[in-house]
Amino acid sequence: MEEISILIGGRAGEGINIAGTVITRILSACGLRAYMYYDYPSLIKGGHNFSVIRAAEEEVRCHREKVDFLLAMDQETVRRHAGRLREGGEVIRDAGVVKGDGIGVDLDTIVTEERAPPITRNSAIIGAFCKACGIPWTTVEEVFARAVPKEQEANLRVARRGYDVSREVLRLPATGRKPLPTITGNDAVALGLLDAGMEGYVAYPMTPSSSILHTLAGLADRFGISVVHPENEIAVMLTALGAAYAGRRVAVGTSGGGFCLMTEGFSLAGMAEIPVLVVLAQRPGPSTGVPTYSAQGDLLFALSAGQGEFPRIVAAPGTPEEAWYWAGALMDLAWHFQTPAILLTDKNLGEGIFSFGETEKRPALESSLWDGTGEYGRYGAGTGGVSPIAFPGIAGAMVKVNSYAHDEAGITTEDGAIVARMAEKLQEKGTTAARVLEGYPCVTTAGDPGAETALLCWGSTAGVCTEVAESLGLRVVRPVVLSPFPEAQVKAALAGAGRIVAVEENVTGQLARLVSAHGIKADVVVGKYDGRPFALEELERRLQGVTA
Amino acid sequence: MTWITRAKNTWCPGCGNFAIEHALKDVLTDLAEEGRRAEDFVLVSGIGCHAKIADYLAVNSFYAIHGRTLPVAAGIKLANPGLTVIACAGDGDAYAEGLDHLVFAAKRNQDITVIIHDNRVYGLTTGQYTPTSYEGFRGRSTPGGIRERPINPVALMLASGATFVARTYTRKRDHLREVLTAAVLHRGFSFVDVLQVCATYNNLTEYYDDRVYLLEGHDTADLTGAMGKAREWDYSTDAPIALGIFYEEEAPANPWTAMGGIGKDERERTIRTILKEKT
Ligand code: SF4
Repeated sequence: MEEISILIGGRAGEGINIAGTVITRILSACGLRAYMYYDYPSLIKGGHNFSVIRAAEEEVRCHREKVDFLLAMDQETVRRHAGRLREGGEVIRDAGVVKGDGIGVDLDTIVTEERAPPITRNSAIIGAFCKACGIPWTTVEEVFARAVPKEQEANLRVARRGYDVSREVLRLPATGRKPLPTITGNDAVALGLLDAGMEGYVAYPMTPSSSILHTLAGLADRFGISVVHPENEIAVMLTALGAAYAGRRVAVGTSGGGFCLMTEGFSLAGMAEIPVLVVLAQRPGPSTGVPTYSAQGDLLFALSAGQGEFPRIVAAPGTPEEAWYWAGALMDLAWHFQTPAILLTDKNLGEGIFSFGETEKRPALESSLWDGTGEYGRYGAGTGGVSPIAFPGIAGAMVKVNSYAHDEAGITTEDGAIVARMAEKLQEKGTTAARVLEGYPCVTTAGDPGAETALLCWGSTAGVCTEVAESLGLRVVRPVVLSPFPEAQVKAALAGAGRIVAVEENVTGQLARLVSAHGIKADVVVGKYDGRPFALEELERRLQGVTA
Repeated sequence: MTWITRAKNTWCPGCGNFAIEHALKDVLTDLAEEGRRAEDFVLVSGIGCHAKIADYLAVNSFYAIHGRTLPVAAGIKLANPGLTVIACAGDGDAYAEGLDHLVFAAKRNQDITVIIHDNRVYGLTTGQYTPTSYEGFRGRSTPGGIRERPINPVALMLASGATFVARTYTRKRDHLREVLTAAVLHRGFSFVDVLQVCATYNNLTEYYDDRVYLLEGHDTADLTGAMGKAREWDYSTDAPIALGIFYEEEAPANPWTAMGGIGKDERERTIRTILKEKT
């Protein structure tokens, strides 16, 4: 496939993320399918930030090591990344501060002459880049109008100066395809939640989940929902449970450390049978770890968080379309089964920017509302372990939920027979949920379905595994739902595979451990745990070693 | 309406929890007679002896976990502002495990009422000291007597911006009922510290009976005066113990936009518009 890769780098505070976003949108506006990875340390100013953007005629969900253009806002960018420039590639640099070859654009001079604010400097680089790949000026103008609302005139003047001093290096493939929106995985989560009728979002800021909170806070008025940020994650969880008890569809968002604080309430949700959806965006390491990078280290934590035994539905989407779909589906499922659910994402998915395609329609799944007859018992008999639900305020219902073991009416009990019966009721819900989930796309496959070697992966490595499998002739089996584990579907997808290679962004192979409990043995784990996503060439190299 | 469930009551004989339960039952009866629907009352409790009140009172209830009554109550009120939300919490609940929630609830002035069953001991875990136990208190975890001073919750709540701050006592039945009524009727965050007798582990009946007096002629709009009264007795050393409403103020309540949403069609339209904005 015809494609292009760009790396833009500079210091934190120079707007590298915004510049990368604008480039991604411009490429998308040209009818290409684009993806951007953003790499930044946990610093507000200084340090080195860079974005890698890749765009092609067909869908792209990962980046390459080699790039066609290196856009350098500082010398450090050239020092660190010059080796990534492919032969015939071009450097576009701020001529005022970066020495070397390539297309030089004197940002300070342009900004001074245009009397534009310093934050517009990167627009000149973007302009120069657009000329270098033959993008018509009108496209640049259009995207700036939508993407850069602040100082739009100044940005455009500066961009035009960059465009004019540059020269054409290559021509992008003309696909003639309709441009797609570009959104982050976290935007996809936010919109998926809204699409599923979320009425409130409660969260405490924590990278890399915070942008869901910011996006929803910004959209709260347009959707008439409530978005609140209380004192801590414990309050987040309990406030959400209070709201769900009172009849609202709510979600919470956090990362590992925040989820640690939420597990107390998570367990309460299991016992009291209160629905709640937790968006758990993973980052590397125990404790504070590496806040602005990515990992897949919380799978086993998500599967076992909270004391005691209760059903939970956990899904790890691999693409923004899946993130959208499962944000809604998990909300439906949590509310139907009155139990907590986790949407397990990570920084690479959540903060990556993607051309966003079509999403699947979710199966209809209503809550099992109380019909208003007879005496209401919150934990009364229902089908499949699911009790009819009523909320405070509903005429004739006294709704008692309880963190203790309780009877059908919600009154505390320590009676052995009732305790056992209620524990079985919870398990029955889990079994019913597993059956209902058979109607959902719980396992995805890619590559060659008959290939001897299967890549077993989950979450955001979906894109890179798919591309590598296509080039190396492998198959990919990826469970999206991880609890209740879709054992039969995974086994069917792996049928005939002689060699199973687990690809995971963790040290211990957590999915490999999970499948082993279901009688599936991964032969080898290819792990990556430096916080950075696999680049295409990198995974190819790693796999050549183990699949030969 | 009886207001009492069939659950077997397991409080010790002489426990102050009975007084709170009955006072609350009377408050609910009065409010129901004045037109509030029984279905619109919600009781949230924490964990500890006090929390069993959720089992005993025949109203909607959320029997929560230790220290977490207030965020639950906040979520309920946020979800449905039409509900009358009352949180019963213990002193361990509110002043130890859930102190941050208490301070923030006061700061936020959401329209909920919190009633602290302040028996100054952990009853259900068989007698350990709490944040309001007096200096020198010998509990099962502190046999040598505690060498730290208690929190003064009334002063703390005044400092945190609570718009209704009161204290009452389980052996002053009429006063208890009056104060609880005023607290529930107050629009905004209401805090009531109830000095509660624990018959088994911390029976301060005589100590309280000798020292309590009702606030009279006190200006409830005067924060400085209220703070002075709050500091008169520090929950430890010997001093007269004022009962009554220390402070009351009308201020904007319910700071958060209530939960809700737009219809499905409008929602889908808005989402399409947003996606278009992102091309
Ligand atoms: S231990 Fe104390 S507080 Fe608990 S029920 Fe007995 S008397 Fe009441």
